[in-house]
Amino acid sequence: MNYLIDRRLNGRNKSAVNRERFIRRYKDHIRRSVKGMIAERSITDMAKGGEVKVPAKDISEPSFHYGSGGDWETVHPGNKEFVRGDKIPRPEGGGRGRGGSGTGSGDSVDDFVFTLSRDEFLNIFFEDLELPNLMRTAIAEAEDRKLIRAGYVKEGTPSNLSVARTMKTALARRIALGGPLKEELEAAREELEIAMRSGRPMGEIEVIQARILDLEGRLARLPFLDDVDLRYRHRVAVPRPSARAVMFCLMDVSASMDERKKDLAKRFFTLLYLFLTRKYERVELVFIRHTDEAQEVDEDTFFYDTQSGGTVVYSALELMHEICAARYPRSDWNIYAAQASDGDAFGADPAKSARFLREQLLPLARYFAYIECPDENHSGNSSLWVEYEELEKPGRNFAMRRVYSPTEIYPVFRDLFRKEKV
Amino acid sequence: MNARVQGPLPHGPEWDFELLEQYDHVIAETAAEYALDTYPNQIEIINSEQMLDAYASSGLPLGYPHWSYGKAFIRHDQAYRKGYQGLAYEIVINSSPCIAYLMEENSLMMQALVIAHASYGHNSFFKGNYLFKQFTQADAILDYLVFSRRYVMECEQRFGTAEVEEVIDSCHALMDFGVDRYRRPQPQSAKEREARKSEMEEHERRQFNDIWRTLPPAAPSAAATAAANFPPEPEENILYFVEKHSPRLAPWQRELVRIVRKLSQYFYPQIQTKVMNEGWATFWHYTLLNRLYEKRIVDDAFMIEFLHNHTNVVTQRGFDQQGYHGMNPYALGFAMMQDIRRICENPTEEDTAWFPEIAHTDWRKSLDFAMRNFKDESFIAQYLSPRLIREFRLFVVADHVGKAELEVDSIHDDQGYRRVRRMLADQYKRENMLPDIQVARYDRDGDRSLTLRNQIFRGRPLAEDEANEVLRHLGRLWGFPVRLEAVDAEGRVDGYREWRP
Repeated sequence: MNYLIDRRLNGRNKSAVNRERFIRRYKDHIRRSVKGMIAERSITDMAKGGEVKVPAKDISEPSFHYGSGGDWETVHPGNKEFVRGDKIPRPEGGGRGRGGSGTGSGDSVDDFVFTLSRDEFLNIFFEDLELPNLMRTAIAEAEDRKLIRAGYVKEGTPSNLSVARTMKTALARRIALGGPLKEELEAAREELEIAMRSGRPMGEIEVIQARILDLEGRLARLPFLDDVDLRYRHRVAVPRPSARAVMFCLMDVSASMDERKKDLAKRFFTLLYLFLTRKYERVELVFIRHTDEAQEVDEDTFFYDTQSGGTVVYSALELMHEICAARYPRSDWNIYAAQASDGDAFGADPAKSARFLREQLLPLARYFAYIECPDENHSGNSSLWVEYEELEKPGRNFAMRRVYSPTEIYPVFRDLFRKEKV
Repeated sequence: MNARVQGPLPHGPEWDFELLEQYDHVIAETAAEYALDTYPNQIEIINSEQMLDAYASSGLPLGYPHWSYGKAFIRHDQAYRKGYQGLAYEIVINSSPCIAYLMEENSLMMQALVIAHASYGHNSFFKGNYLFKQFTQADAILDYLVFSRRYVMECEQRFGTAEVEEVIDSCHALMDFGVDRYRRPQPQSAKEREARKSEMEEHERRQFNDIWRTLPPAAPSAAATAAANFPPEPEENILYFVEKHSPRLAPWQRELVRIVRKLSQYFYPQIQTKVMNEGWATFWHYTLLNRLYEKRIVDDAFMIEFLHNHTNVVTQRGFDQQGYHGMNPYALGFAMMQDIRRICENPTEEDTAWFPEIAHTDWRKSLDFAMRNFKDESFIAQYLSPRLIREFRLFVVADHVGKAELEVDSIHDDQGYRRVRRMLADQYKRENMLPDIQVARYDRDGDRSLTLRNQIFRGRPLAEDEANEVLRHLGRLWGFPVRLEAVDAEGRVDGYREWRP
């Protein structure tokens, strides 16, 4: 007996668990690749998958097998010119003698390249930042949905049962089914009365009485509440109403900001961007770099173009204010800003900046975050830090942190989102 | 279904289940004409992603979780997505019922082809060939896979994923050496032992002669000293030896070793019969579909499409052509099966001289005999005819260490036929693919070290770095020092490598 079975609808991701194990095993390699990717990617592309390379020799599975050398005979097809005893020069690069049996068995040196999915990539990216798991899923979830009411349905969970609706339906059903019976009963009772009054024979009266009993019984058997009466509140998931947000990235690019500090800043900006894309359907990025004067630039220039000069923080804040006024009116846009700097500022600049921030920008912005990436061996507070410190009060839309390594970036966001109550 | 409309069956790129059933039905009828003996069939339609999943687990429908399968999956997935590699049209599993996976992308003609190929060709081979009969239990394999998967996952929960993975990694490294080539004798029952003992005593009593008592005692023979050695005979199944004798492994680890060993054993017949198995299946899809055409069940267009695919499968590229990867088992196997039929039906003088035992016999019976009683090596040694050697234009190239150049050893001429045939058969020998490594000594009463012996064959060395790696894996399973000695043809120990915990 032969069976023909359609398996196409069965699960397809049977290998997912094995794939995940493979990735866990080679996490170090993959992490290294991901690090490289972070460096070469733009912030907006961060939340995509990517190709990862693992050197072939690191993942080979060893076995006992013949190496090259020794005496071999091999049979090949397609002889055209050779006769017995012909000599053939040895091919370059090792014996081809084994061509038949051992094609490519572990000899290939190609790196093992494969693609990480978006989730896998983000997982590894966040791992470095030591985000709590809950937060991780909250960000990785691409689209936010909200349940809204959408009428009533006949099936659902008990917790969604609408009592009022159910009782209404039950009542309607009882009226619909019981109405004709009641009428008939009324008619029968009248008939009985007439019959009694006119002194009909006992037999006839009994028949009518029996009918009345039957009708009463049927009426009584109408259930008060039936399965078909149940009504449940219905909810459907709809995407959350989207809003627009603009994110300002402000960075000090004077000579003292080296690669390490810029990398920290980039991760910080990326994380903020990912949080925002989760909350808002559309997020625009504005990059402002500054030395002693501020410029609006594109992302590449922002991170990789070196520029030297002094440091005037105030100029950047002013530029941000101008751009807001010109392109992002507060009524239409949620304004977020993140500033990264090593905190070096001179003269009147820090005090002026702090005042400008407090009076002009903070009322405008939803949130303003400042991270300072000082030198590793630096101690004591920078001048900017001292001035900004006064701004950080509970309930204020301002947070600041000093960050030495990627693991410290997350707490800034914890503050941010505690405030936003997400 | 039996009341089939006369005339050719429809065909085209689209198929549906009703049509597949009709095709399966007519193919089954035709196979019955040739008395093909098969397990019941279970034909399953899968899509390309599921096919990739099946690839990753060596074609088995389920297996225990392990990272190496993930690696295989990623590799195939990448190659497929980038277009380097197509997917097989089918996968067939040696089980009862015999499960064949068909790809949903196949055209109706291809589905018919693979049903004939897998469900009747391979299926009857699985059921008939002696190696499969000896080493696999078709009706138990699926249950065993379910058991092994559950067992491995339970171990992971109880002892930790990393611990389990470690053991399985080490077993995989030795997987090729976890195979019995001969059946082990069944252990004797107490009753049998008793009977044998009394038989021996009876024999001694009858042979008793007091004169033997007067002889001086003989010097202890070499055999007696060898008895102190354990195991008394070298053991070629290294995983078996580890499972039975490792001083360190916990019972659950032993069971894991056993699971990997069983799996390896399950694949052993398939590796040994690649040419025959594919040749047989290809021969039968060719024969069955041609028979359908004779009976006018399929039409010309169907046959043209079929022949186009069939010739692709059985193409043998020459050694100097692009895409040459050694002998194509489909081509060689199919040609040999066809050749046997030809020799039976109308042999030439040469054939009668070379194959007197099959010339002018019933081809069905002779071919069936060949399918049942051979593996690749012996099959080629027995049946490769001079005519095929000429057709394939086979030649032998010798690559000897002492010589500066390669030398053409034999070609398709009268002097060369036998040697070419011998050499081609040798190419499919297990000894030719894997080095000869066996368990030689287990120092039970001393430092518990384990010594493997690599009998060097024709100066062929082991691949160095990997050998050290594997030795480390073996050491992990053994828990005490392990040693690998290389022994040359004269029996001298050439050198050894060692791993200590």
